Amino acid sequence: MKTSAIKSGHPLSEASKLDFEIDEAARMAHVLRLKRERQQRVGRLLKHAFLIGFSAIMLYPLLWLLSSSVKPEDEIFSTLSLWPSQFMWGNYVKGWYALPQSFTVFTINSVIVTSLSVVGNLISCSFAAYAFARLTFTGRSFFFALMMMTLMIPYHVVLIPQYVQFLKLGWVDTYLPLVVPRFLASDAFFIFLMVQFFRQLPKELDEAAMIDGCSPFKIYWSIILPLSLPAMGTAAIFSLIWVWEDFLAPLIYLNDIKSYTVPLALRLFLDQEGQSAYGQMFAMSVLSLVPVVLFFVLFQKLIVRGIATSGMK
Amino acid sequence: MNRFIARNGPAYAFLLPWFLGFFLLALGPILASLYLSFTRYDMVAEPRWVGFDNYVYMFTRDRRFWKALNVTFTYVALAVPARLIMALVVAMLLDKGLRTIGVYRAIFYLPSLLGSSIAIAILWRQLFAADGVVNRVLADFGIPSHAWITDPNTSIYTLVLLAMWQFGSPMLIFLAGLRSIPRDLYEAAEIDGTPKWRQFLRITLPLLAPVIFFNLVLQTIEAFKTFSSAFIISNGSGAPADSLLFYTVYLFNEAFKFFRMGYASALAWVLLIIIAVFTGIAFLTSKYWVHYENERD
Repeated sequence: MKTSAIKSGHPLSEASKLDFEIDEAARMAHVLRLKRERQQRVGRLLKHAFLIGFSAIMLYPLLWLLSSSVKPEDEIFSTLSLWPSQFMWGNYVKGWYALPQSFTVFTINSVIVTSLSVVGNLISCSFAAYAFARLTFTGRSFFFALMMMTLMIPYHVVLIPQYVQFLKLGWVDTYLPLVVPRFLASDAFFIFLMVQFFRQLPKELDEAAMIDGCSPFKIYWSIILPLSLPAMGTAAIFSLIWVWEDFLAPLIYLNDIKSYTVPLALRLFLDQEGQSAYGQMFAMSVLSLVPVVLFFVLFQKLIVRGIATSGMK
Repeated sequence: MNRFIARNGPAYAFLLPWFLGFFLLALGPILASLYLSFTRYDMVAEPRWVGFDNYVYMFTRDRRFWKALNVTFTYVALAVPARLIMALVVAMLLDKGLRTIGVYRAIFYLPSLLGSSIAIAILWRQLFAADGVVNRVLADFGIPSHAWITDPNTSIYTLVLLAMWQFGSPMLIFLAGLRSIPRDLYEAAEIDGTPKWRQFLRITLPLLAPVIFFNLVLQTIEAFKTFSSAFIISNGSGAPADSLLFYTVYLFNEAFKFFRMGYASALAWVLLIIIAVFTGIAFLTSKYWVHYENERD
């Protein structure tokens, strides 16, 4: 109506002019908003497309490993396709028994070392973290600084004297050099992680408990620990994954193949590379990663939060 | 005295395992390794004092030491920035306007958990082998195949790529950092018509500086310590032509293959000093480029 009025040159009252301008502005805004929304939608779509493509690249090596573990030997390197022409599940069975000891032995060894280490880490690190975060004592900030400095020390620097010492103790070729340090809070990462968490709990809890006559141990055991299950869970999962994948310490301390952990056993496949048992090697590699992936999928929230709060590797 | 015990007793009791660990597994060994670094020691005969011989030999005559430094520094200089830039870019992509971020986050983080395992090192060797997948893909683009791992000129890049693949954990830390930047800053900039790249330079980077600093220190230390993947991919020796002779691999071989424990201890101390210097520089310079939120009043 109004547009035609303008076009035909009829005089307009001031009011309708204003009306028109408001209408026009609203229309423009609407168009602009639609345009921006469309742009945003397109932008989001592009972003998703990129992220999906990028995810595919990131996952490709893992999928390749998985598919190669069930491919016929001659197909592993000859085709890019991830889908095997036939599934060689036998690789898993043959791989399991391919080495002088079966993977039953290696898996049991790894489980022993890992579970003892996790328990050791949880006990000793939560002890230290409780003292640092909740108790006041002479030299607290000094010792805390020392503890943080040990985070920086490369394992290679303490390795040789430790080895000499453990050798003198007759501990080489046992699990003691792998497990005992974890009962002595040697993974300072976890102390740091737990300190961060313990500090957030309200101080009034300790004070109230103290007034009720609770000992520091009682406070640790029945107040701090139950409230810190997420932090303990995060520490448990990380230490589980790291110990499970640990290579250097077992490489140095375990010489007898009967006591090998899974990563050491995997390395034996490389020595036999000439015999072209790639399928079996990949099959066992896949199996070695299964616990890690499984724990990641189950406890993703704890892991993500753990990294975000403590910035672990 | 009694009051001292009453005040500190419980705390020291809780710290006992850590104290033991600190003295027996950290401080003691570090000092022992300092002593051993001035000796010749093969684990059979007692250590024999040789003064600064190990260090003099290392810096003046040991070509492999310089090679190992060269390899390690090259790796650190390439892998750390590459990994951090990748982490930051992906974190910024994930940070804004996506609701399904969880799945991507999981996919991008998974390699960080698996990356240092032996299984992945074995996989990497095969991916980049002369008849491996990478060459096959490149062949489709008409690029001639190349023995990435056995060519000393390219072998280091396979490890840099492996490091880049594991950008997940700095990405998570960046994501947490990006979340803590107040949204209204961007909204205000948007209203003023500030272009995105300037928003990035003027808002994101300065406010993220503490997180970037943290990631940089952490990742640099990590990169200096790289061992397992280099050990597996180089067949335990630093081959080909010492191009994968990471410092840690060299140290390991000196100590546990040739049993030159004294010399290896000297190598260990040099590594410790290098890492300490880098961390020190980072902290000393941080006040010029890292500003913490609560410092402003």
